[in-house]
Amino acid sequence: MAMKARVYVTLKAGVLDPQGKAIQHSVELLGFSGVADIRQGKYFEIAIDASLSEAEARESANRMAREVLSNPIIEDYRVEMEA
Amino acid sequence: MKFGVVVFPGSNCDHDAYHVISKHVGQPVDFIWHRDTDLSSYDAVIIPGGFSYGDYLRAGALARFSPVMTSLQRFAAQGKFVLGVCNGFQILCEAGLLPVALIRNRDLHFICDYVRVRVESSATPYTHELTPGSVLRLPIAHAEGNYVCDDTTLAELQRNDQIIFRYCDDQGEVTAAANPNGSRDNIAGICNRTRNVLGLMPHPERACEELLGSSDGREIFRSLAGTLALATA
Repeated sequence: MAMKARVYVTLKAGVLDPQGKAIQHSVELLGFSGVADIRQGKYFEIAIDASLSEAEARESANRMAREVLSNPIIEDYRVEMEA
Repeated sequence: MKFGVVVFPGSNCDHDAYHVISKHVGQPVDFIWHRDTDLSSYDAVIIPGGFSYGDYLRAGALARFSPVMTSLQRFAAQGKFVLGVCNGFQILCEAGLLPVALIRNRDLHFICDYVRVRVESSATPYTHELTPGSVLRLPIAHAEGNYVCDDTTLAELQRNDQIIFRYCDDQGEVTAAANPNGSRDNIAGICNRTRNVLGLMPHPERACEELLGSSDGREIFRSLAGTLALATA
């Protein structure tokens, strides 16, 4: 079954995010209040064809996220699968 | 002794490094295309600055998967010398040859400027002809030079004398104001535990001739050549 993997990569809590900080500053300048924090991340959509089973697709997407899309030393990732 | 300079798509300091080795160190040097895998004829390999793979994904992240990198892991494990400059430092971090990572500069800008760095240790093949505490004037040109690490890693780096260069002011004082990019502990360059792999953000290869503004970078290459002369004698 063809599937889509959505991969979210974000800096780990505790790793400084200068871009998120700058965005937060701009948002506050625009008058938005109550913003406690903004963290910037990356988002990937991976189309997986029908040659893989659902379990294989999930395993493959997780490996891609761990080994290529994120740097696990400083970043966390989250994978969502969609039929 | 023979040097190699790895060329990735997007490397742009490869010719500078080649020039310094051939002209100022006076030793044979080859360009190594990133698809080549035979490093057996080299004693030292330089991973030059630039924008390998356009810095897509993360700086240095895609270069890590080039065929030459598997050979480079073995090369480094054999105790041979690997010097990463700027993007080369980022690549060595992504490849796990040096600890942790370099992220976006604190103030987000690409910084192209001269900085001063203090030599923190002469106990490396790259700095043994330099005096600890001496100050080098070197150019930087990067957007992702902000060295990050956790407290445990920082303590390890300090305990093992792996912090080799730190950003400092004209007097050699390591101050917050002299930190151009937000790097933890003003770190500008580190080595691995076995001290044969060094990465630094400033560009010593662009500071080897007075005509270009500074010749302070020469001592790093001369130190390495001196080490190799002993090792290959």
